[in-house]
Amino acid sequence: MAKPKIATTSLAGCFGCHMSILDIDERILQLVELVDFDKSPINDIKEFTGECLVGIVEGGCANEENVRVLQDFRKHCKILISLGDCAISGGLPAMRNTIPLQECLDEAYLNGPSVHNPSGRIPNDPEIPLLLDRVYPCHEVVKMDYHLPGCPPSADTIWQALVALLTDKPMELPYDLFKYD
Amino acid sequence: MSENLERIVTAVCESFGNDRTRMMDIVRELQETQRHISDDAMDLIARQVGTYRVEVESVVSFYTFLSKKQKGNIVIRLCDDIIDRMYGFERLKQTFCDALGIEVGETTADGLITLETTPCIGMCDQAPAIMVNDEIFTELSRDAAIDIIDQLKAGVAPERLLRKLGDGNNSCPLVSAAVSNNIRRRGEVIFAPLECGRSLKKALAMSPNEVIRDVKTARLRGRGGAGFPTGMKWDFTRAATGEKKYVVCNADEGEPGTFKDRVILTERPELLIEGMAIAGYAIGAQEGIIYLRAEYAYLRPFLEDVLQKARNMNMLGSGVMGKQDFDFDIRIQMGAGAYVCGEETALISSCEGLRGDPKNRPPFPAQKGYLNCPTSVNNVETFCCVARIVDQGAGWFSQIGSKGSTGTKLLSIGGDIRRPGVYEVPFGITMREVLDMAGGENAAAVQVGGPSGQLIGPDMYDRIICYDDLATGGALMVFGPERDLLQVVEYFMDFFIEESCGYCTPCRVGNVLLKDRLDKIIHGKGEPSDLVYLEELGTSVKATSRCGLGQTSPNPILSSLKNFHALYLAKVKEDQPFQPTFDIHQALGTAKEIAGRPSMHFAE
Repeated sequence: MAKPKIATTSLAGCFGCHMSILDIDERILQLVELVDFDKSPINDIKEFTGECLVGIVEGGCANEENVRVLQDFRKHCKILISLGDCAISGGLPAMRNTIPLQECLDEAYLNGPSVHNPSGRIPNDPEIPLLLDRVYPCHEVVKMDYHLPGCPPSADTIWQALVALLTDKPMELPYDLFKYD
Repeated sequence: MSENLERIVTAVCESFGNDRTRMMDIVRELQETQRHISDDAMDLIARQVGTYRVEVESVVSFYTFLSKKQKGNIVIRLCDDIIDRMYGFERLKQTFCDALGIEVGETTADGLITLETTPCIGMCDQAPAIMVNDEIFTELSRDAAIDIIDQLKAGVAPERLLRKLGDGNNSCPLVSAAVSNNIRRRGEVIFAPLECGRSLKKALAMSPNEVIRDVKTARLRGRGGAGFPTGMKWDFTRAATGEKKYVVCNADEGEPGTFKDRVILTERPELLIEGMAIAGYAIGAQEGIIYLRAEYAYLRPFLEDVLQKARNMNMLGSGVMGKQDFDFDIRIQMGAGAYVCGEETALISSCEGLRGDPKNRPPFPAQKGYLNCPTSVNNVETFCCVARIVDQGAGWFSQIGSKGSTGTKLLSIGGDIRRPGVYEVPFGITMREVLDMAGGENAAAVQVGGPSGQLIGPDMYDRIICYDDLATGGALMVFGPERDLLQVVEYFMDFFIEESCGYCTPCRVGNVLLKDRLDKIIHGKGEPSDLVYLEELGTSVKATSRCGLGQTSPNPILSSLKNFHALYLAKVKEDQPFQPTFDIHQALGTAKEIAGRPSMHFAE
């Protein structure tokens, strides 16, 4: 029987959660025994090649491309996981949510104290995805099946959750794994 | 900074002894005369009373009756309560907007009139109601509204507006209010005839401990809603050590749908004063404070007069009623429009001239309350009960009502009933009996105890009004079969979101999340798991909030989920498991406008 597949992506995140995935260290060898990787920055596969068992999503939705990718993940993955605080609540990028979009752009490209922008233009290449009015957590856009909190969640958390899902065992995540203060 | 302003601010601050704990009075007076509290004024106040600008600003920004923005000479506040909404609030609002040519929140170009809305002003039995500065107008028709505006535009001062005076003391010159008492049932405790000074005299003939013992024997419990045994509270306050002790009367009747204290303050203020003096004697306090909500400011001159008369009779002052070593006086502290100040620790903060933030407990007010001194905060009705207990005896009182809930209770009943008003009933009465009395046999639901209470349906009308079953501070809002109960719940959640002080996250954020999810359900996008979510989140908000507001704010949702589950089930869709609230086209609208190009991933 073919191994189940997993996919990962980083939307409006910092890749910190992906670093945390890599922090499973040598257990990655066990992981490749259990699964094949489909679309993921880890192997640089850009588009889904087929159906996946688990999709891991880092970051929330800040622009239209994030939304398209997330919807694509929902379409191809049986189980979707919001990995980390940005996926769950919007996280740091969502700090812009109380500021109107135009003001955000003006501050970032024109008025900010460290801005050097002799052209005085706000980037607007057709290739640049349009920003959403605010940053949305993933579960407001598509149905998410699991949420793993943390900034980032620890490698042990990710490992235990994944192994439980892949081996169809109950997910046992001790409180210590989620206690951050 | 104008010299004129400096002179005014200095004078106001000096009139309150440059005492920063009297901040509420200082800013209220400036708001009244200057129609706002400007940045300059706040700097001046801070300098004058010796505090920081941020302390002043935190007060000014907290209370809805205070503002940094210049307001008109006349502020019209439309009571936006669920009952008022049922009785034509929207139509009335439109009338005012059209006649004044402004929207809610705006001021007319000539600076004369500002139009605002405000939560329940305690007139649910005579909705729709409005405030014009401190004046109240009730059962307002469209024609009467236009007439008021015409008079105001013609230069008539709010206090001179023509009105039909209400019954009882409402028509006495110091009140002159178009407010009705609507006392539908008089019981033997509050509304029985009163002989001034008799109970106080009896109390002073006893020892303080004997007074407390009587209150305990009568098994009196707090009438504000929580039902804490009054005698026990007084015992704690008496036993606590402190340089001074205080008696505080909670007359911040802000729970929407409640208006019984207004009627007591109008018709039985003498009884309240006696009760407070007895409390002062019992716990060893020399000073009492009546915290009067801003919406009842029209009663202030009248109450000041009653206090003065009591002083003249030596019921207040030094050596009360000839008791050499007992001095006691009462001052009125005005609120400035904040529901949370009905919570006793927030009320104390407000009396101290601070934002109405609740305080951490322990220490409880009985140990460290007003200005860190032992303080007993009791409801208006509780003090009145005390005066009767001392006068008529604990045995007499405990015979009335039921075993765990002695005495009578004032109920404020409004909504879809034929006889709205105040009813003094003995505890132990069933909801059905109450509804029969008030002409509400067809009631489809009753909100018991205001938004923070519970919503019950006809299958529960045999339940009993008492502390152990249907506990209530006195508000009953009745809804007929044609009302949309989920909209009622939605309104209550809006109310709590608005009134949350913002200090703790569960209340500040949790109520918004609850409301968002409720909206999703109301708009037909709900799924079965949303009901579980509401239940779980509501329970968390209750368990983790800092004060009574957040500990009860999920009640409209939780009690309607429990008692009117079918309403929710009819709205959620079983077959569509996920219904996103997210709308990509709406979310991209602004960016498309800014970038001047269409979306590349999502075509219209």
